[in-house]
Amino acid sequence: MSEALKIIQDPTLTYHQELLALARLGESTDDSLRYSDEYYEAKRRGALCDLNEGVMPYRPRYICPDYDLLFEKGCDFLQLDPPEDLAEALNVLEIFYCHVPSITSFPVYLGDLDRLLEPFVVKEDRAYAKKLLRLFLRNIDRVQTDSFVHADIGPEDSVTGRILLELTEEMQLAVPNLTLKYDPDRTSDDFALACIRCMLKTAKPSFANHRMFVGEWGEKYAIASCYNGLSIGGGGFTLPRLRLYECSLGARDIEDFLSRELPRHIDLQLEYMDKRVRFIVEQSTFFRTNFLVTEGFVHQEKFTGMFGVVGLAECCNHLLGITDVHQGFGMNPEATALGKRIMDAIEERVANHTAPYCDAYGHRYRLHAQVGIDSDGMDDSPGTRIPIGAEPPMLQQLEVNEMFHPYFPTGTGDIFKFEETYLKTPEAILPIIKGSLARGLRYFSGYLENNDVVRVTGYLVKKSEIEKLRQKKQSLNNVTVFGMGAQDGGHALDRRVQHHEENSACQ
Amino acid sequence: MKKTAPVNKIIPFSNVDGPGNRTSIFFQGCSLECLFCHNPETIRLCRHCGACVPVCPAHALRESGGRVVWNPSACVQCDACLKACPHLASPRVREMTAEEVFAEIRRTAPYIDGITVSGGECSLRHAFLQELFPMVHSLGKTCLMDSNGSLDYRQFPALLSECDGVMLDIKAVDLQWCRTLLGNDGRMPLANLDFLLQAGRLQEVRTVIFPGFPEENGRTVRYVAERIGDRCDYKIIRYRPFGVRPDGIRLLGDECTAQEDAEAYAALARSLGASRARVI
Repeated sequence: MSEALKIIQDPTLTYHQELLALARLGESTDDSLRYSDEYYEAKRRGALCDLNEGVMPYRPRYICPDYDLLFEKGCDFLQLDPPEDLAEALNVLEIFYCHVPSITSFPVYLGDLDRLLEPFVVKEDRAYAKKLLRLFLRNIDRVQTDSFVHADIGPEDSVTGRILLELTEEMQLAVPNLTLKYDPDRTSDDFALACIRCMLKTAKPSFANHRMFVGEWGEKYAIASCYNGLSIGGGGFTLPRLRLYECSLGARDIEDFLSRELPRHIDLQLEYMDKRVRFIVEQSTFFRTNFLVTEGFVHQEKFTGMFGVVGLAECCNHLLGITDVHQGFGMNPEATALGKRIMDAIEERVANHTAPYCDAYGHRYRLHAQVGIDSDGMDDSPGTRIPIGAEPPMLQQLEVNEMFHPYFPTGTGDIFKFEETYLKTPEAILPIIKGSLARGLRYFSGYLENNDVVRVTGYLVKKSEIEKLRQKKQSLNNVTVFGMGAQDGGHALDRRVQHHEENSACQ
Repeated sequence: MKKTAPVNKIIPFSNVDGPGNRTSIFFQGCSLECLFCHNPETIRLCRHCGACVPVCPAHALRESGGRVVWNPSACVQCDACLKACPHLASPRVREMTAEEVFAEIRRTAPYIDGITVSGGECSLRHAFLQELFPMVHSLGKTCLMDSNGSLDYRQFPALLSECDGVMLDIKAVDLQWCRTLLGNDGRMPLANLDFLLQAGRLQEVRTVIFPGFPEENGRTVRYVAERIGDRCDYKIIRYRPFGVRPDGIRLLGDECTAQEDAEAYAALARSLGASRARVI
């Protein structure tokens, strides 16, 4: 049976999911973008992975439009005037989102919604504003049907931010993903606690280390897709990843890995990125003709390439001959120290590479701890995470994260699953977030066990939607199928639960 | 010689031992032997009788020079030793100096609001705490005591000046009910209640509600509520039979107090002015 026939006969695909799968199939019929034989060999071994980005990139992977500009001057191409009230503002956004491409064909960054909408929201009656925002969120969930669609709020408290939290809780939707840009000097404890309550019940928002991102990107940065730091008015050209465990399999020992196998694979990935970035800028029409570029909503020089890694834990354990993950990376200081040596080596080599374009970042690519895909199974844990099932107690897990998160300006994060009593004590989570962010944690996600909406590796899915796919029914969200794969192959929903221990001697 | 204290357990992050996120330090050894204690293995200190040694499946216990020695790295936390102990004790206890305990707190300090010392009975370790609390305060963290109030706090003015608050159990108020439940007359916790309120050191009061003892429960709750008013939290706790010894089960039963019964006592407390009463 042909690939095309398989797609159109798959009962679990919606019409749009079929269309996207067929487009990808069509793209794969061209082979004008070629790489070295060594690259293809490493890809076959699973040491390099292109995340199925497609062989002929016709748009950057992630695009973060400048929505301030949209509200300021409107959009000629879409014939949109600057909005004058909340209804117009939301309508402008809903239309615009449908024209923002990405690797998934859905917009991965919806804007800093509270800051954008606050001037309009405060002019309306609160109940009316909430009604409009409810319809807006419903539109996003049903039209932008992909969990990599991401909106940001914060750092300041606002009426809009509060309404969005209320609606997030009331509506229990997987889309959009949501991040609070958290800065303890600018975000009130009261707003942070409201975000924690919402996060426990709906798995969002996550907490981004605002000061850290501002230090790397300036004030105008976006958290897009899973947890990706990028420039507003820019984005990410491409995101391939080193699968570090597979990279380590050909090494005789640690020194051989660090001196030969690791640099060799880094260079292959850089070669791949350079060619793709050139192709997107020079061959595809996106940066010449797309209205996002011609009207200044994005600028080519604010894009960068994202150098992804996964499987640091498995790589370290393999090189040290550790077979029991409970004694390995994250628990074992020797394995964790090796992880630092490896990351230092990757950081240095990537920083020494002159990338084409990427002008705003000194012609440099930026590192990304890729969050894993469903087909990774248990071979490569996301980025630098400790393998699921082997997580140490939370204190130790935070300490390990704090060592590794600073390497990744284009994103990394970790997820903590809390048990029910934390719903009554969100103030017990805030100092954990404050402390870890101050010590280098970049991105903190949490959720309560037994929720329907859960965070798989970086994106959100509904467990009830996974169940639909298991029964061979369609799921509107494109990402549900990844959630099912990650649950089956990677046990991604079985992470350690943070329990309070019943210890008070007197009841 | 440095003062040491027997430490049963240190929990780095706890959300149930006082406000916010706290590191909880549980000392071994209690001044009471309450019938309804659900961690009875923390009541007494190990007598080194050796009864636990043969039951350990992980060979984490051995006898050496007349003492039972515990190897934490081999221990699988199966609790077989606790079940075998005839003395309401545990071999899994570390004798630690205040500096050693502080070294663990230093590590959790960035993530916590403060520490809570509990037990057993923490006030038995008053001299140790007097050393520990100033160290913790030097990190800008608070120190709370989770106490049964059976020792006279008026005797510890220096400790109280370093303590940010006491979370006090008032388990019973009638003489007879105190003797049955606690094994003594129960006067000291009541004296401490008044004293700590006056000294501004009462963080909260806790009372366990027992199924089938409405008069006793009512008297305790009324007594506390009328005294504390809105000056501190009042936590109403449901009796749970988990871990309770057979004698306790015989008297108090093997069922939890119903949530709605506990809620009714919290409402009673609020009606008497204890506006911060709630069921936990």
